[in-house]
Amino acid sequence: MQNRAVVSVVGKDQVGIISKVTTILSENNVNIHDISQTILQDFFTMIMLIDINDPSNLATLQDKFKPVESELGLNINIQLEDVFQAMHRV
Amino acid sequence: MPIAFTEIQETIRMVEMEHLDIRTVTMGISLRDCADHDFEIVKQKVYDKITSYAKNLQSTANQVAKEYGVPIINKRIAISPAAEILGNASKEQAIELAETLDKAAQTLGVDFIGGFSALVHKGISNGDQVLLDALPEALSNTERVCASISVATTRTGINMDAVAKMGQVIHETATLTKDNNSIGCAKLVVFCNPVEDNPFMAGAFHGAGEGEAVLSVGVSGPGVVLHALKRYPDADLGEVSEVIKKTAFKITRAGELIGRVVADQLNVPFGIMDLSLAPTNALNDSVAEILEEIGLERVGTHGTIAALALMNDAVKKGGAMASSYVGGLSGAFIPVSEDNGMIRGIEDGALSLSKLEAMTCVCSVGLDMIALEGKASPETLAAIIADEAAIGMINKKTTAVRVIPVIGKEEGETVEFGGLLGRAPIIGVNQFAPDKFIQRGGRIPAPLQSLIN
Repeated sequence: MQNRAVVSVVGKDQVGIISKVTTILSENNVNIHDISQTILQDFFTMIMLIDINDPSNLATLQDKFKPVESELGLNINIQLEDVFQAMHRV
Repeated sequence: MPIAFTEIQETIRMVEMEHLDIRTVTMGISLRDCADHDFEIVKQKVYDKITSYAKNLQSTANQVAKEYGVPIINKRIAISPAAEILGNASKEQAIELAETLDKAAQTLGVDFIGGFSALVHKGISNGDQVLLDALPEALSNTERVCASISVATTRTGINMDAVAKMGQVIHETATLTKDNNSIGCAKLVVFCNPVEDNPFMAGAFHGAGEGEAVLSVGVSGPGVVLHALKRYPDADLGEVSEVIKKTAFKITRAGELIGRVVADQLNVPFGIMDLSLAPTNALNDSVAEILEEIGLERVGTHGTIAALALMNDAVKKGGAMASSYVGGLSGAFIPVSEDNGMIRGIEDGALSLSKLEAMTCVCSVGLDMIALEGKASPETLAAIIADEAAIGMINKKTTAVRVIPVIGKEEGETVEFGGLLGRAPIIGVNQFAPDKFIQRGGRIPAPLQSLIN
């Protein structure tokens, strides 16, 4: 079964966030299902729903985001979608 | 139904900004099969069993926390009450067993191991006596070993001989660790009606009704509840209860999912979810501040008990709906040193020891992490335990005492325990002696279960 994960990007709004983050995803052959951005408690927030074949790849992907995180001062997290299902769906 | 972005945002906000976390995953391990006539073999078996069952506890919990993006703060071990395997041992051997447990915890990188425990609510067996005698040294010689003693239950009454002994044990432990702010007492809990599946330290142990090994999860999140309430400043109290209930539901669901994944990967059964609002010294991660958000100028003032009762009940209702295996102590913890709001309540003169006692009638545990003046006598400490046990016995609930008489400090001073244990203002005790009452000994009979007004 294919798992889905949520990528959340939180930080100061600036030029190039979407391009840099999605470049890393496409370089790693990750498909994006859905994408949205908004301002949450004064922070720029981008949320993407992605396909993930093997949950153990999450850690690798998380590491690849590190340079972007430090370059743009962002906080990027990847979480399996199940946790959102558990919290918000009965 | 697909997840909406607002829901994703809510979860992210809870974790990133409001301190939602899995407070602890605690592996319970039975040590009953470690009994042997040769004590060297007992120690080896205990060490081997703990370090093999929990070998991957840290790494698995860390991995799962990363995958789901919800931090797991503590990974801990609870063993079956150590007194069960100390029947033939000497006091020195009991201390060696505590040191063995400490070593096992250190090997595993676990900060606390609970269950250096005895259940003496009705009587004291040989093994129990050995453990009680060994406690002060065992707690001062080790860093990670936590002890709990059951001295009363609703069905058996209060064993006042054990209560008197615990007054002495706490005093002696405080004295042995006086160079370190009597910190040994922070690892010792005296219970009435203890639960067998509590994952939270220092009172965790693996009860007699439990299986070989089990993984229980404690979830917390006072910060999440506080922020949820802040969004409804004008709600009436029925709506306040509703907000807390819904928040508790969501927190519990996240905890159960993650707990089950960890248990599955470690190949042990999932035990229970304990949803307890347990504060930390982080900003806004305070139970007292929730009570203040409900409408009290300062925790401890009139109305505190009613607000706490409302909150504790709403937490349980939300938790019970979210998981079929809610257990442990589920409710609200009110440790003083670990809650910035409680500390402020005492410093401002709003919160007293008497009010804290009264609060334990309606919340999940008891007098917790309270620093007392060092001159409190063993009899006074025992009488504090007796009062708290009586509250638990009559109200058919768990109560506990974890007080730290800080040797050399007086009322009004502040003591720093450091790390997770926080800091606490020293509270004075009543200056009149309960000595005769404690010296009488014996057992307070179990209470009537009908005519309950």
